[in-house]
Amino acid sequence: MTPFALWVYLSASPLFWLTVTLLAWLLADRIALATGRHPLANPVLIAVAVVAVLLRLTGTEYRLYFDGAQFVHFLLGPATVALAVPLWRNRRLVLRTVVPMLGALVVGSAVAIVSTVAIAAALGAPKPVLISLMPKSVTAAVAMAVSEGLGGIPALTAVLVLTTGVIGAVVVTPLMNALGIRDWAARGFSVGLASHGIGTARAWVVHPVAGIFAGIAMGLNAVVTPILAPLVAALLL
Amino acid sequence: MVAGFAMLILCQLIGEVTVRGLGLPVPGPVLGLVILVLAAAAMRRGSGDDRFVDPAAPLGRVADGLLSILALLFVPAGVGVVQYLGLLGEHATAIGVALVASTVITLLATVATFLAIRRLVGVGVEDEEAGS
Repeated sequence: MTPFALWVYLSASPLFWLTVTLLAWLLADRIALATGRHPLANPVLIAVAVVAVLLRLTGTEYRLYFDGAQFVHFLLGPATVALAVPLWRNRRLVLRTVVPMLGALVVGSAVAIVSTVAIAAALGAPKPVLISLMPKSVTAAVAMAVSEGLGGIPALTAVLVLTTGVIGAVVVTPLMNALGIRDWAARGFSVGLASHGIGTARAWVVHPVAGIFAGIAMGLNAVVTPILAPLVAALLL
Repeated sequence: MVAGFAMLILCQLIGEVTVRGLGLPVPGPVLGLVILVLAAAAMRRGSGDDRFVDPAAPLGRVADGLLSILALLFVPAGVGVVQYLGLLGEHATAIGVALVASTVITLLATVATFLAIRRLVGVGVEDEEAGS
């Protein structure tokens, strides 16, 4: 087999791009760890950049890449269901603060959807982009489903969701400190709601109470945004 | 392990089928999450304890494992950016400003509402609950 024939086989095999995805993740995680888990050194962002560059260099279509990567992507569904487990474990904590959480949930979720659409629309973004932006604060699997259901571009939504996660994770600590907010439950809840899993990961680094509330907010917003987004779309778009 | 994973995808399957069958606006996995919470309540009623979500139990172990690699699961979808570099570049300002401003506004609105209502109804969460 010539090297070229070997490459033809490898590049078209799901095994190859699945392996590349996992190796890129390990490399990205190593880099994030080396920076002391600095919010800017986000492992998802690094892994995506590494794979994207490899696809560009080898001239590989995304569709072909996804044939391999779909096995990782598939796990987003069961992982979303798995959020029920930490939610159940912390249900007493949830029930004690259920009133402030539900209020913050509805207000935060609505503000997240409306503000992003209003700002992007004012700056001239077209309708498919606006729809793709709407569920940006929810975890990727849910956001992509919402985007697809409303006529957006799911893959674009995934990118916007990721970026939102990184922005929230970078901004939350200096923002809350500047405002003098010391309530870890409130801080965690807001970052989990605004920036899903990436914000939640950040909250765990900062304080365990913040981490628990961020996880709860991410789970609750994953339920509320799919209900609110179609309403906002019907009203504004 | 297999039992825990089977439970997760069974909940997801019931969720997907229900969503499609009834034409609900909620994604299937989210309904699956709700179904698993209901199942947990039923299991607690049956066994009288929470052993099934223990980190060593099949369900607890699989859920902890999946959630610990949650960020990795975003990568394949994120790589989809390669298809939309043109679209993103064309609307870079609108998208960039919307994402940053909206995220900050959302953080502020959420934290303000949480604190305001909590002060109003006078409930508190003590830090000692951190370990629960």
